Amino acid sequence: MSESGEYMDAPTVTRSDPSERSIHLERRGRERPEEVLEDASFVFEIKDLEVSYGGVQAVRNVSLNVYENQITALIGPSGCGKTTVLRCLNRMNDLIDGARVEGTLRYHGVDLYEAGIDPVEVRRRIGMVFQKPNPFPKSIYDNIAFGPKIAGFKGNMGDLVEESLTRAALWDEVKGKLKTSATELSGGQQQRLCIARCIAVQPDVILMDEPCASLDPIATLKIEELMYQLVSHYTIVIVTHNMQQAARISDRTAFFTVEVEDDGHRVGTVVEYDLTDHIFTNPKDPRTEDYVTGRFG
Amino acid sequence: MARRSDLGSGVVAIPGTTATHVVRAALRGKRFRVGDYVVQILLLMTLMIALGVLVVLLGNVAIRGVPVLEQRGTNFLTTTNSTLPFLAGVKQGIIGSLELLVIVLIFAIPLGVGAAVYLEEYAKDTRLNRLLVTNVRNLAGVPSIVYGILGLIIFVEFLKPLTGGLTVISGGLTLAVVVLPIVIITSSEALRAVPNSIREAGFGVGATRWEVIRSHVLPSAAPGIFTGAILTLARAIGETAPLLLVGALLGFFAPGNVGFWGQLRGPYTSLPTLIFSWSTQPNPDFRNLTAAAIIVLMAVLLTVNAAAIVLRNRYERKW
Repeated sequence: MSESGEYMDAPTVTRSDPSERSIHLERRGRERPEEVLEDASFVFEIKDLEVSYGGVQAVRNVSLNVYENQITALIGPSGCGKTTVLRCLNRMNDLIDGARVEGTLRYHGVDLYEAGIDPVEVRRRIGMVFQKPNPFPKSIYDNIAFGPKIAGFKGNMGDLVEESLTRAALWDEVKGKLKTSATELSGGQQQRLCIARCIAVQPDVILMDEPCASLDPIATLKIEELMYQLVSHYTIVIVTHNMQQAARISDRTAFFTVEVEDDGHRVGTVVEYDLTDHIFTNPKDPRTEDYVTGRFG
Repeated sequence: MARRSDLGSGVVAIPGTTATHVVRAALRGKRFRVGDYVVQILLLMTLMIALGVLVVLLGNVAIRGVPVLEQRGTNFLTTTNSTLPFLAGVKQGIIGSLELLVIVLIFAIPLGVGAAVYLEEYAKDTRLNRLLVTNVRNLAGVPSIVYGILGLIIFVEFLKPLTGGLTVISGGLTLAVVVLPIVIITSSEALRAVPNSIREAGFGVGATRWEVIRSHVLPSAAPGIFTGAILTLARAIGETAPLLLVGALLGFFAPGNVGFWGQLRGPYTSLPTLIFSWSTQPNPDFRNLTAAAIIVLMAVLLTVNAAAIVLRNRYERKW
């Protein structure tokens, strides 16, 4: 697909007067009726989630359900705990000393934090794409093959690498140079490689932590384009700073904010969680309205 | 005053209206800055003194040692020690030093890298572990003669059935203990330089901690670890004091021509101890011989250091 083609396919966001309190958006082809969105089953059920680091509360009162084959966006100002919540979903917070998670977090009905759950098995099913593209300093092929190899994949690795790269819309750009180092790719290509690496282990869910934060607008569009395609196979949860991005791509949006306590301590929490259309056109909470219309944040 | 800037000496520049020569004069300044030059000259002198001492030292060694090497040629490297200066060579020292290096390599590098991997990748950030890290750094600063006494007690006396007492094995193990803290510190630094995003990428696709370390962290840290290991060997090759306590013989008592295996199981010597021994000889001819041996030792050391630099430059990674 040529770059000019990308431009023409791009979802258009028209700037509106903030007082109109809505972002007009056109979502191309993927608009699904609300009944269909409501009918889907849960992948994650999060109830009263609370996270603290070294005894200091970072996030509290997070309750939201993530639906199968939908894109759920977590938005909100910096420091509101979006990433913290996202990293609970595949137990990535386990890697941080002193992190403590309370409340319930069910994945297909099973509490991810109950005794005996192996975080390694969790992460094989719930993959992650990070804010900064982080390919291994190895060849493109090895980047993709690493996950399946350690998971004990027995099939044809070459085919799997091709399929993963094709799904991540990168195959045509790299097929002739699979043995070159992944660090030589551009930032946008690296991020798509990371997505390919993630889907190579055939996960159920893909968590994305501001995947476009370090990319230019064209690369961002390619990733968004890719997400439209991936969501028919995977459930996607994305943290984004970019409200337009959330409006363009997500089915549901959770708006987080920071509550400042009397002693100045800042805790993140969810203000509102609803279908994206509702959040952006008819928010119930005035704080959400202020944020999505650009009066704050 | 908002749009005006004071250029000094009461000249107030109004953008667009001030003559350029006024601005130029103000920008050029008037003072000759004496302080700057004085500091620069003082700093240059400190460099000269430091380099000067080194040059005199090396020059002295070269003047005395080069004629010996020219006269003896490779014969100096292939003959054993002797009480007669014109017959004495450094063969035993070279063999002994190489044997010591191999033992240090076998014991200190795996132990040190393993300890570093534990400290950096597994240990949680607790008070006990911070204490451990601090003490590893302290150990690196302990004078090596203290390790010599430790080696005498542990390797020569206590572990005599294994080491055979005053043998090259005891010496090598003692040197391994001397350099172990350095291996741990350099390896830790190499591991710490690997960005966390690489670890997260590994965990993100469902790798266990060991899989992440083996496949990604260690390969990324390898150039740094290798460089550290080579510099460690350079340090070990120059150590003398602890060896004097654990059996490195002062030249003349070394066995005549026992060869590699003979040294491994019995008395041994090393290049630095040989130099020390010759330097204490009353016969003035030994002074020149000492200088020649120093040149040999320096050549080995510089080769090792150069290898470390080449390795580091070739595999250095930018993140």
